[in-house]
Amino acid sequence: MKKAFTRPKSLRDVETHYCPGCGHGVAQRLVCEVIDQLGIRGKTIAVCPVGCAVVAYDYWNFDCCEAAHGRALAVATGIKRVQPDKFVFTYQGDGDLAAIGTAETVHTANRGENLSTVFINNAIYGMTGGQMAPTTLLNQKTATTPLGRDAQREGYPLKVCELLSRLPGVAFLERVALDSAGGIIKAKRAIHQAFVNQLEKKGFSLVEILSPCPVCWGKSALQAQQWLKEEMVKTFPLGRYK
Amino acid sequence: MAETKINRERCKGCQLCVAVCPQGLIVLDKSLNKRGAQPVYFKGGKCTACGLCFQVCPECCIEVFNNE
Ligand SMILES: Cc1ncc(C[n+]2csc(CCOP(=O)(O)OP(=O)(O)O)c2C)c(N)n1
Ligand code: SF4
Repeated sequence: MKKAFTRPKSLRDVETHYCPGCGHGVAQRLVCEVIDQLGIRGKTIAVCPVGCAVVAYDYWNFDCCEAAHGRALAVATGIKRVQPDKFVFTYQGDGDLAAIGTAETVHTANRGENLSTVFINNAIYGMTGGQMAPTTLLNQKTATTPLGRDAQREGYPLKVCELLSRLPGVAFLERVALDSAGGIIKAKRAIHQAFVNQLEKKGFSLVEILSPCPVCWGKSALQAQQWLKEEMVKTFPLGRYK
Repeated sequence: MAETKINRERCKGCQLCVAVCPQGLIVLDKSLNKRGAQPVYFKGGKCTACGLCFQVCPECCIEVFNNE
């Protein structure tokens, strides 16, 4: 029989360390599908984050480089400036991109570096055990906000797409959600656009992917998908921001 | 004719595919796999090769085949 849906070539045939129902596995597959479709595997260099996706290089069958926590876009800037013919993208969580790496994110975007970023917003620090992230929702319970995030004490959820949309160097921003099969297909389309933009030298492109972290949210995989669809999108509305 | 193949040992039992299959063709297994998860299996039936189970699987351990 003919294979209608199968593992993309860029995704190694290995078991992942992700929790059941985690969005990272889906997002990483989408990245691979886009790279295969564009035929750019040979010239791709990914910059991996610190966070649950730290070992993405074990799963991706193309060149990868590991950056210190939050510094992926600084490392990517260096790689791309030295080798402008390569396709360079970063893959980062919210703790990485929007907490410790906020300065690198804002300045790389503001410089309009010709890079692509896949930003996984799961509203929590997954790897370290579920502490509050800058993107944690108000009233969301985490290990460090056991009574729920309080704006008076912990401030408001950081909206990365909204924030970056005012910067002239930014070419493309879209927020998508891994909340259903349809949402996953839309996420792939956004990643495709962000990657094509770099090939066409359009400047900085970022896709923010709302992604389930069932274990740290204290939910089943299905409940997490539901919560993402019903609650998370109220704080982080989906759509094109630039 | 279409069918779905699920890698039993890779499955972590998140069950997103069980919920998404419009035909209800993916069900939970009674026994555990080697990693200790309760995997799912394709029970056969009128699979349309829509690929929704493939889309939602975080382990990418589902393959969908189509004859047409
Ligand atoms: C310099 C430095 N500070 C802190 C840490 C601890 N640390 C590891 S991962 C992480 C946050 C991960 O969260 P996120 O980026 O949202 O990724 P996720 O695990 O949720 O995918 C932190 C604070 C570290 N590794 N290095
Ligand atoms: S802790 Fe969260 S982000 Fe990390 S692997 Fe588990 S579900 Fe995924």
